[in-house]
Amino acid sequence: MTESILENSLVTQNKTSKMNNIILETRNLTRRFGDFTAVDSITFSVVSGEIFGLVGPNGAGKTTTIKMLTTLLPPTSGNATVGGFDIVHNASSVRRIIGYVPQLLSADGSLTGYENLLMFAKLYDIPRSEREKRISDSLHFMGLADVADKLVRSYSGGMIRRLEIAQAVLHKPHILYLDEPTIGLDPVARETVWKHVGALAEQGTTVVMTTHYMEEADSMCDKVAIMNKGKFAASGSPDELKASVGGDGTTLDKVFEFYVGTTLENGETGEKLKDVRRTRRTARRLG
Amino acid sequence: MSEEHGVQHADLGNEIVIPKVGVIGSINNFINKTLVITELEVRKLRHDPTELFTRAAQPALWMLVFGEVFTRVRAIPTGNLSYLDFMAPGILAQSVLFVAIFYGIAIIWERDLGIVHKFLASPTPRAALVLGKALSAGVRALSQAVIIYLLALLLHVKLSWEPLSLLGIALAVILGAALFSTFSLIIACIVKTRERFMGIGQVLTMPLFFASNAIYPISIMPDWLKAIANINPLTYEVDALRAMMLVGGTSVYGIPFDFMVLIFSTIILVVIGAKLYPTVAR
Repeated sequence: MTESILENSLVTQNKTSKMNNIILETRNLTRRFGDFTAVDSITFSVVSGEIFGLVGPNGAGKTTTIKMLTTLLPPTSGNATVGGFDIVHNASSVRRIIGYVPQLLSADGSLTGYENLLMFAKLYDIPRSEREKRISDSLHFMGLADVADKLVRSYSGGMIRRLEIAQAVLHKPHILYLDEPTIGLDPVARETVWKHVGALAEQGTTVVMTTHYMEEADSMCDKVAIMNKGKFAASGSPDELKASVGGDGTTLDKVFEFYVGTTLENGETGEKLKDVRRTRRTARRLG
Repeated sequence: MSEEHGVQHADLGNEIVIPKVGVIGSINNFINKTLVITELEVRKLRHDPTELFTRAAQPALWMLVFGEVFTRVRAIPTGNLSYLDFMAPGILAQSVLFVAIFYGIAIIWERDLGIVHKFLASPTPRAALVLGKALSAGVRALSQAVIIYLLALLLHVKLSWEPLSLLGIALAVILGAALFSTFSLIIACIVKTRERFMGIGQVLTMPLFFASNAIYPISIMPDWLKAIANINPLTYEVDALRAMMLVGGTSVYGIPFDFMVLIFSTIILVVIGAKLYPTVAR
């Protein structure tokens, strides 16, 4: 009993000490493709240790936002800093401190799980002396130790996703980006992925993720931003968001409906063929 | 593991410090990362080497059918070399070209799978990503060289076994593959879809091969074709290979010049490739 109180107070303390530790900050971040404005002047910040969720219909600009924050796509205007480094002018420093799991299942099927991790350990300059231990720890942590020497081609979708997360956090990034981490996974696999993401967050990794699943955003995220047509329609903690549309008994789905004007399930807002194709492809790979 | 994470982030404080590296550090890093990318590709190949054997069919057909027939026809002036001897280095260069020229399709494939995104979000220098892949094409091409040497032995081509020549051949094969695979990567970065890439790949392979000295000397070409052959890097690769591979083989341009052309073209293409590669993820 006393122990748990002590623990609680420690956690609170920890949270407050993190309060002013902003790890990610954007100012009027904008990206246009021709006439189409994919991300429209968004300004937000993420506090170290937080799980920050971007939710919104397909085509809302979530992936474009993540691509800019991971230095894959230069912004048209506005800027952003990650860990104090500018995403354009100091991109190589940004790349050292981030981990990224793209929406698609991107582990290399023609390598083993172990090799997938080994290659990234080398690319991220993990010292030779630590390499093997870190890889084997992370394989155990993700529950993949038994299949480490099997080709990833033979993995299930959930296993590939876990391997990718292992790959992305091997170098202990300060901030981990997950783009639709549970898309196309069956409920059990989804839960396992969330368990691991939750554990990483417990250990202090900041997580920025996009998702389609409101109940996930609700249960996992410290803060949620609802994105629509390139803009933030609303943002705050799940409770704050619920309170803003009428409090008790409200779900994030209702909040979403309130701000975006339609529920995600029927949401065809701005959905482009490319997104649909991509989602289908991912789903197909997952079998 | 959890402890390690805790320590890391507690130490973090407010400011994240990335250690600075000097020029030598950067060069070291570049070479290291290039080799990691090559290692990655070679590991993939080791898991599934069937591709290397199926690729051997094409050069075998060229040597056995085309080579044997044209040796009898004696229609092509090849100096003191038999036609089969003359064409063997050309066929080696051809299979290097064919291994390399469709390399770009892998880039498009990897883009569609999101693999490219992950590499680009890592601190790996862009040029190392491009050159690493190029060198792995070189490794594939080397395996082709072995097969073509075996074929040439069977057909009694007068091969030179001088160690220095063999080393030179290996280098020319790796350079040639690196050059054409990077060329292929650049095309992939520009056209961005598999369908368009296949079309363009087909269109480019034929002129690259036929507008070169691979299966006939440039001297018999009309002037306009000569002009193209003279700016075709394949010509210089074949020239170097022909001089080093055969007993009595000679170079038209001089081996050092051939290598200079290959190295210089490769560097230019890698620089362009490194600029374009990030655009495939956008």
